[in-house]
Amino acid sequence: MNSGSAALADGGIVGTPGKTGDGATGDGIDAGSALQLRGITKRFGAVVANRGIDLSVRRGTIHGIVGENGAGKSTLMSILYGFYQADEGDVLIGGKPADIRSSRDAIDVGIGMVHQHFMLVDTFSVLENVMLGAEEHRLLAANAADARRELQRLESEYGLSIELDALVGGLPVGEQQRTEILKALYRHAEILILDEPTGVLTPQEADQLFRVLRTLRERGVTVILITHKLREIMDITDTVSVLRLGEMVAHRTTADTSMGELAELMVGRPLQSVNHLRGEDLPADTSLGIDVRGLKLVDADGAIRLADVDLSVRRGEILGVAGVAGNGQSELLEVLAGIRKPSAGHFVINGREASVEDLPDPSSMRELRVHHVPEDRLKLGLIKSFSAAESSVLGYHRAERIRWRGLLRLSTIRRICRDLMERFDVRPGDPSLRSGSFSGGNQQKLILARELDKRPEVLLVGQPTRGVDIGAIELIHEKLVEMRDAGCAILLVSVELDEIMALSDRILVMYEGRIVGQVAGRDADKTELGLMMANAHESS
Amino acid sequence: MKINTASVPLPAWLEVVVIPILNIAVALFFAGLIMLAIGVDPIEAVGIMVRGALGSDYAIGYTLYYTTNFIFTGLAVAVAFHASLFNIGGEGQAYIGGLGVTLVFLLLDRWLPAVLLIPIGIGAAALFGAAWAFIPGWLQAHRGSHIVITTIMFNFIAASLMVYLLVNVLIQPGQMSPESRQFDESAWLPFMHEFLGVFGLDVTRTPLNLSLLLALVCCVGVWLYIWRTRWGYELRTAGQSEAAAVYAGIRPKTVIVSAMCVSGALAGLMAVNEIMGVHHRLIMNFTAGYGFTGIAVALMGRNHPVGIVMASLLFGVLYQGGAELAFDVPLITREMVVAVQGLIILFCGALALMLRPWVVKVWLLFKRPESLEPAHA
Repeated sequence: MNSGSAALADGGIVGTPGKTGDGATGDGIDAGSALQLRGITKRFGAVVANRGIDLSVRRGTIHGIVGENGAGKSTLMSILYGFYQADEGDVLIGGKPADIRSSRDAIDVGIGMVHQHFMLVDTFSVLENVMLGAEEHRLLAANAADARRELQRLESEYGLSIELDALVGGLPVGEQQRTEILKALYRHAEILILDEPTGVLTPQEADQLFRVLRTLRERGVTVILITHKLREIMDITDTVSVLRLGEMVAHRTTADTSMGELAELMVGRPLQSVNHLRGEDLPADTSLGIDVRGLKLVDADGAIRLADVDLSVRRGEILGVAGVAGNGQSELLEVLAGIRKPSAGHFVINGREASVEDLPDPSSMRELRVHHVPEDRLKLGLIKSFSAAESSVLGYHRAERIRWRGLLRLSTIRRICRDLMERFDVRPGDPSLRSGSFSGGNQQKLILARELDKRPEVLLVGQPTRGVDIGAIELIHEKLVEMRDAGCAILLVSVELDEIMALSDRILVMYEGRIVGQVAGRDADKTELGLMMANAHESS
Repeated sequence: MKINTASVPLPAWLEVVVIPILNIAVALFFAGLIMLAIGVDPIEAVGIMVRGALGSDYAIGYTLYYTTNFIFTGLAVAVAFHASLFNIGGEGQAYIGGLGVTLVFLLLDRWLPAVLLIPIGIGAAALFGAAWAFIPGWLQAHRGSHIVITTIMFNFIAASLMVYLLVNVLIQPGQMSPESRQFDESAWLPFMHEFLGVFGLDVTRTPLNLSLLLALVCCVGVWLYIWRTRWGYELRTAGQSEAAAVYAGIRPKTVIVSAMCVSGALAGLMAVNEIMGVHHRLIMNFTAGYGFTGIAVALMGRNHPVGIVMASLLFGVLYQGGAELAFDVPLITREMVVAVQGLIILFCGALALMLRPWVVKVWLLFKRPESLEPAHA
């Protein structure tokens, strides 16, 4: 597994220039490395996104870079790929200094990047996407012939198989990602950077990706994997570096470390792992908080978003809805929250019957003690330009307690906001700060505080910890469990299987708008869920 | 050192006072170049402008009279802007507001005392202005018809309608010019020189009237409405994010229509100045471009009542000072004055942030130690 990495006597510190065994020269240049960063610093105004980053990655290895959201990973990779220039420091490729001012320069020195959000043209074929920007002749046909030959060679050498003439828009996500990898290899990438590659993949597709990465490694390609998923780091990387608050705080050989150690390095303090699942079963006669029957939703383009969904959530239970994003979970939440009208079916939410003709609107929902933590916090949950105090009453701005003869009582609103910020550890605890200037995790905590403060009886939650740092994730999970224990019926939608498995008493899997599988929380198995998410399990 | 200056926050006094002053200075510099080119001494010209606008009570009276109009139309555009609606129908809404005042006074001015007529007139101006903005608002909310297009069209409709009414219906019998008959004096809003005369202050006669006080009251009212009431909260939320508004239980359609009505009402109130306060009759085209200038005023004032008052004052000075300049210096025509006004709008509106990066760099030179403290990225 550790082909090509240097084993060291001092146990685990890899990648610091001057300390490696072979190829190091006096001025800190490590000639045996594929990529080396020295003292990279990047500031945006008053914010130091990267500070004095040193990194050395050996050729033909898979190196992981982990860090919480906001730690500076994306900035670092943007510098490598030419989107930004570092304020200080230099980049060395193969031991030679490289001046990268644009993605063209990066490609010329052999760096290829697969972004988190693919940069593909849906209406072009795989071949056309790969050629785009790398054409050598003026006429497309000549380029296409050359490209096809080269791609077929690459495909057989690296074991990547894709239909070259298929339209990218119709390909499954895993194959779109492989197209991105092919694009990089076509441009003679020797260093391949992947930014959060598994966010959109099922567990099985992720395994396939890792097989491809291992093949690349055997052929001498250097792979840099940026992720916050520690399990993947342990599975596939040879070495790993940890970024925290803009600084590189540690380098480790993967074999010599553990998820726990990496998590602590990412956060800077010890973490405890907690089992959130309910101890005993609920009594059989527990009433239902949500009861959905035959819900259907066909969107404006005629696509079926929800097809005959039946589900129920009892009071005091967390029902987790798993599935790859885009399989109807978002629409399910929107319908139950009163934001979107279903095409057919009906549901009962906290005792109120709802159907296509009689759908309560979001303010009625709040009166029914049904609260909603939206999936897209920046679009729905907050107004970026409002102060935190103003965002903290979004949806509750008509309440009696903040009114005085037609005017809003700003002092009361501020006081309430400060109280929420304290109870939910929102930092900085200043109600007058612009909502948009809080970090993702703190924004999410503020929204959660707002929705949980009034003790809802039914809670609809979407992606509660997306883009949220580990410390905040702990607190958010605790608060959700607290609500459950107090008798709240919670419907949890998340693309993070780990989160679903950690919190849900029951798990449903959605695929293309219908429920394709159901398991009890404590019997949940990741592989089985992964198969359900791809609709490839036995009973499908 | 490369900095992304757009992300550096500046203290309020720099953003709201220094940068606008710098913008005006740059505009005046270019205006000065033009004046040099036509053979006029720019320093002398600016002096004439400033004296002509502020140098006597006669000058100040005229300046404030213009300022009143700009405050009303500027507030109108600003309120709509907070709901992300670009209301450029201020001309038409003000015009129709004038129609409302006229109709009500032609009917009632001989029957009711001033203490009733004045509030009724103000109410009619607001109501008719709101009604003229209601239709474009409704069309945007329920049919998706773009407000910019419909409000401009309604300006044309208003102009044609008013020509028809003035020439055929409202014209005083036996008269040549298309005007209504003059209202009874009980329907006249007192002039400022009359009002001040009651307290023993003797000021020169100008068109300035008590509608200025109404304009200032509206500023306070708009400020309270937008930032201190729940309707203003809903308006701003819907303006920032329709999805978030729906999430919060707000109906975007209701917000669009009500925002346009408030906006139209404010534009309509301009008629209180012109019709009730100055002309005391309905005349053709009394809106004379104030509606459109209101857009520039709102933009320069950053859609905030305080900024709008300041921008309105600036434009009042430009109008009055420009008139004096065109009068005193034969080489400077009315068009030249409009060009200077245009330059000011250019540098204070479209190019308002052009100088900001340099201001940031100078600012950082003085604040360097604290501002570069490491912060979480």
